[in-house]
Amino acid sequence: MNWGTWLDYTVNGLVIGNIYALLAVGLALIFGVANLINFAHGSIYTVGAYVGWVCITHLHLPLLLTVPLVLLASAVLGVAIERLALRPLHNASRIAPLLATIGISLVLDQVTQLVFTPNPRALPSPLPDWRFQIGGGSIGTLDVLILAVGLGTAGVLYAFLRFTKLGWAVRATAQDMDAAKQMGVDTNRVNMSVFAIASALGGLSGMLVGMYYNNIDPGMSFDATLKGVVAQIIGGMGNVPGAIAGSLLLGLIESYGIALFGTSYRNLFAFVLLILILIVRPNGLFSSAKETPPEPMTGSFVARGKPLAIPRPVLVAVAVLAVFVPFVDSDYVVQTATNALLYGLLALSLTLVAGTVGMVSLGHAGLLAIGAYASSLMAIELGLPVTLSIALAGVVTAVIGTLLVFPAFRMRGHYVSIATLAIGQIVALVILNWNSLTRGPIGISGIPPLSFAGIPLYDAPQAYWFVLVVVVALALLQARVLSSHLGRTWRALRDDDVAARAHGIATDRYKAMAFAFGGFGAGVGGAVTAHLYSYINHETFNAQISVLALTIAILGGLGNITGALLGSVLLVGLPEVFRGLAEYRMLIYGVVLLLLIRVRPQGLLGTA
Amino acid sequence: MLRVQGVSRRFGGLLAVNGIDLELRAGELVSIIGPNGAGKTTLFNLISGHDRPDGGRVTLEGRDVTGFSPERLAGLGLARTFQHGRVFANLSVMDNVLIGGHTHLKAARPALPGIGALAELLLALVRPRSVRAEEAALRAEVTGILGLFGDRLVPRIDHPAHSLSYANRRRVEIARALALRPRLLLLDEPTAGMNETETMEIQQIVGELKAQGHTILLIEHKLGMVMRLSDRVLVMDGGRAIAEGPPERVRHDPAVIEAYLGNSATGGETPAEMAAVA
Repeated sequence: MNWGTWLDYTVNGLVIGNIYALLAVGLALIFGVANLINFAHGSIYTVGAYVGWVCITHLHLPLLLTVPLVLLASAVLGVAIERLALRPLHNASRIAPLLATIGISLVLDQVTQLVFTPNPRALPSPLPDWRFQIGGGSIGTLDVLILAVGLGTAGVLYAFLRFTKLGWAVRATAQDMDAAKQMGVDTNRVNMSVFAIASALGGLSGMLVGMYYNNIDPGMSFDATLKGVVAQIIGGMGNVPGAIAGSLLLGLIESYGIALFGTSYRNLFAFVLLILILIVRPNGLFSSAKETPPEPMTGSFVARGKPLAIPRPVLVAVAVLAVFVPFVDSDYVVQTATNALLYGLLALSLTLVAGTVGMVSLGHAGLLAIGAYASSLMAIELGLPVTLSIALAGVVTAVIGTLLVFPAFRMRGHYVSIATLAIGQIVALVILNWNSLTRGPIGISGIPPLSFAGIPLYDAPQAYWFVLVVVVALALLQARVLSSHLGRTWRALRDDDVAARAHGIATDRYKAMAFAFGGFGAGVGGAVTAHLYSYINHETFNAQISVLALTIAILGGLGNITGALLGSVLLVGLPEVFRGLAEYRMLIYGVVLLLLIRVRPQGLLGTA
Repeated sequence: MLRVQGVSRRFGGLLAVNGIDLELRAGELVSIIGPNGAGKTTLFNLISGHDRPDGGRVTLEGRDVTGFSPERLAGLGLARTFQHGRVFANLSVMDNVLIGGHTHLKAARPALPGIGALAELLLALVRPRSVRAEEAALRAEVTGILGLFGDRLVPRIDHPAHSLSYANRRRVEIARALALRPRLLLLDEPTAGMNETETMEIQQIVGELKAQGHTILLIEHKLGMVMRLSDRVLVMDGGRAIAEGPPERVRHDPAVIEAYLGNSATGGETPAEMAAVA
């Protein structure tokens, strides 16, 4: 590779870095004043891109008018989010606002998709297409614009925070909200301004990205949120200059990484870097302090309350009734019920990890993927009987899953969620890139069907009964473990790990045991799914499934076994029953999540 | 029993604990007093492994335990309570105190190198007779410990800890520490926020524990209790030990009086009150 090409990759890295910076700066500002990682940030970025698209391709507005409109629309959206969804949660449990932003992002993304269709759109840059030659490389007008916007924003933001009264108030609120309030700072106004500024920058970033790649689609928000979060963590949470530096660094690393290894590795760098930073320098590259700052997110994430006691005969009766579901004689209903049960397996696992142990995992679908691939490959390549390969897949997932999440055991609060989210993505990316084992992007087809004692289970009722037996067995095992000393030990760790350690509880050991148990269940779930679908690829078990599983667990009541199963039936089963709603599915999940957090944080059956 | 030699801890530019020496013999009760910010709780954290000293040595029963993790020290028989109270909010009173007995679960937590955790998980599923018997014995022991607090905790045994009064949460903490069958018990202001009657109850319980032969290190602001129970008193101010000795002698030490007069706004009781109660 010659010198000019390197220069091109550098320019490209800096341009992408500037785009990340626009996102990360907003995230850092919001984290500073609201102690919150805003998972809806990428959705605002997407909305910004679409507003720009409407202005440029439909209204044929000049760029000088388009940019202010994008800024305004995104700012209004940000203010609405703060006012309507987040401010009412001020006194809720600490994970509530984070989950609410996930709900908002589900709603916004689905609305964007309904309005603009899921098809990608071209967003042409209205700038003249000049290219300047520098050295052996070149730089285009759009590159110059993006670099200028990045630099300009940094300057304006610095002046704002440094020299304006509102900027002072923002900094004061970030340092100590209570003290700022006592000194007469209207912290609600500060919050609202910060959301407006952050969202405006996010929207602008979305539009610029759209122009840069000449392509926008409603699915682009998730990646944007993740990149912004990674950049922010590299620079240190809540650190605005750090966020800019982290973004440029991330942009350059990605660009050089693509140059050396190819495009499909791009996100892998971002997430591996994230995990490394979280382990080695949780306060970011640029913070001088070695100690973790006073952790704002510790304490119980779980809403207080007692689980609803459901009499055992009722549970037995429901289980017996479930056996007769296939007699409704509709393959569609039976398949839906099977699907709900499979989500039930994932939710059981997640409710243990997130509810009982308190590690709110956002990457749980990664465990499904490991189980699915393990069982499929063992059945196909080694010719193992399916029942055996499913059980072994559970063991493999327990081992790999525990090892993968191990670095997150020492983390707390929101850091755990981010780390697990990244780990889930890493699993998908490794599957995509490890061609020799996983067949890469082609996926695995021809997975043998479920079978029992050598007899393949082809029809829907047989598969349903198979899954029902697995679910009931794992639920009973989980209930039994929770009634042992492990149940109270895990809950003690969740409520107060400092006090738990003072009484001889080794954190890593017990978290590992929970992940091993939960990993087994999730791995079995993934394996069964693979044999039912007969085809899987790296996108079969995506982050949306992780979010759905978390919604199910919260709906049922975190830590509540019966609740996890009830939640799956309600959230997965019901939308299928009303088939017309299928299109609005993610919208429904988002709204359910938002309503739950607001109205019934302990879930339907109560936290356990 | 416990020996602390020249232990220091620095936070940024502040020497929170500055070369403290302390020795505690089996069966002794030693109190640490001093104004707020004197470094008492930091010293506790250094002894109990929640923080690592920048210098100095901590030995427990002749063994150098400097920098050991809290869970390892708990395994060696060190139990503590926390200044502001840290109960497990969503756990019942019973479960809170059962956690205290965690280190004594032998059948449920087999000491198998490498596969201990896996064996523990499987045993929790299978639950053979030995595991059940051990759990039942621990429950009986915990019920006995809760009885120490009269009818304060026993009627609330199944209530979640977050529903308890502040004083009851402090009692749960002490009960939880006792369930560890401590060889050394560290109590950090066990009567903070309690009224006169409640303080007297705690004083009585601590007195009984001492009479039973427990070795206790106590941080306390209520000097009446300190003077009555302590074999020796260590007075800290600004991270240093400014006096040490029997309560009688410490009470009249000019340095102590100076420290307390200088901080009378924050320290609680003045030396005059000290003299009055003793």
